[in-house]
Amino acid sequence: MQNTQTSDATLVTNYIAGQENALEILVKRHKQRIYSFIYSKVYDRDVAEDIFQDTFIKVIKTLKKGKYNEEGKFLPWVMRISHNLVIDYFRKNSRMPKFDNNSDFDIFSVLSDDTLNAEKSIIKNQVESDVRRLVDELPDDQREVLFMRLYQDMSFKEISERTGVSINTALGRMRYALINMRKIIEKHNIILTN
Amino acid sequence: MAKLYSETPKIENLNPKDETVSFILNYSKALSVINYKNMEFEALLN
Repeated sequence: MQNTQTSDATLVTNYIAGQENALEILVKRHKQRIYSFIYSKVYDRDVAEDIFQDTFIKVIKTLKKGKYNEEGKFLPWVMRISHNLVIDYFRKNSRMPKFDNNSDFDIFSVLSDDTLNAEKSIIKNQVESDVRRLVDELPDDQREVLFMRLYQDMSFKEISERTGVSINTALGRMRYALINMRKIIEKHNIILTN
Repeated sequence: MAKLYSETPKIENLNPKDETVSFILNYSKALSVINYKNMEFEALLN
């Protein structure tokens, strides 16, 4: 067949001259050697496929730009390109390690997403509005102490200074506030969990 | 004799997928490099 007779150098020259089928012959002639070479380094069919493709994209660009100087070494040149791309691949991977999820190891057992999903965020909003309504039900003095303690994070000493009562009174109001809220929760059977 | 615990996968007659090869050939057909003065443009006509 003509394929086996035409040299790589002639095919490259023909391709540069615009004969697209010359590239087809070149690819088909060398694909196995180049692909096997890449696969022997990366041991992953998909990655090998990607690198094979990138190699020929580089080859095509270089040839079309007329930057290739023929020295009768088409295959070694392509092999060198693929070799460099394999190195690039490993460099990129060492910077950003890839985890394969298999039966032994699941990356999501280590990583978790802390943000709430739609359902949970709705529940969270409901719980918060229920709690706010419960707080509103409390007598003013108790609500004031609870608000300062839990929402403003003040100490009982600061609360007693601000409200002008003793620390013990503030503590007592906090205690009654919690007791009253628990009573309302039990009475109305309110569920405040997510 | 010492046991070999590592396994070297056999590489034989591996070929890229036909899609990959056809992608490359189509890419080649679609790409044209235009030289204008000392500028260079790549045009991908698909």
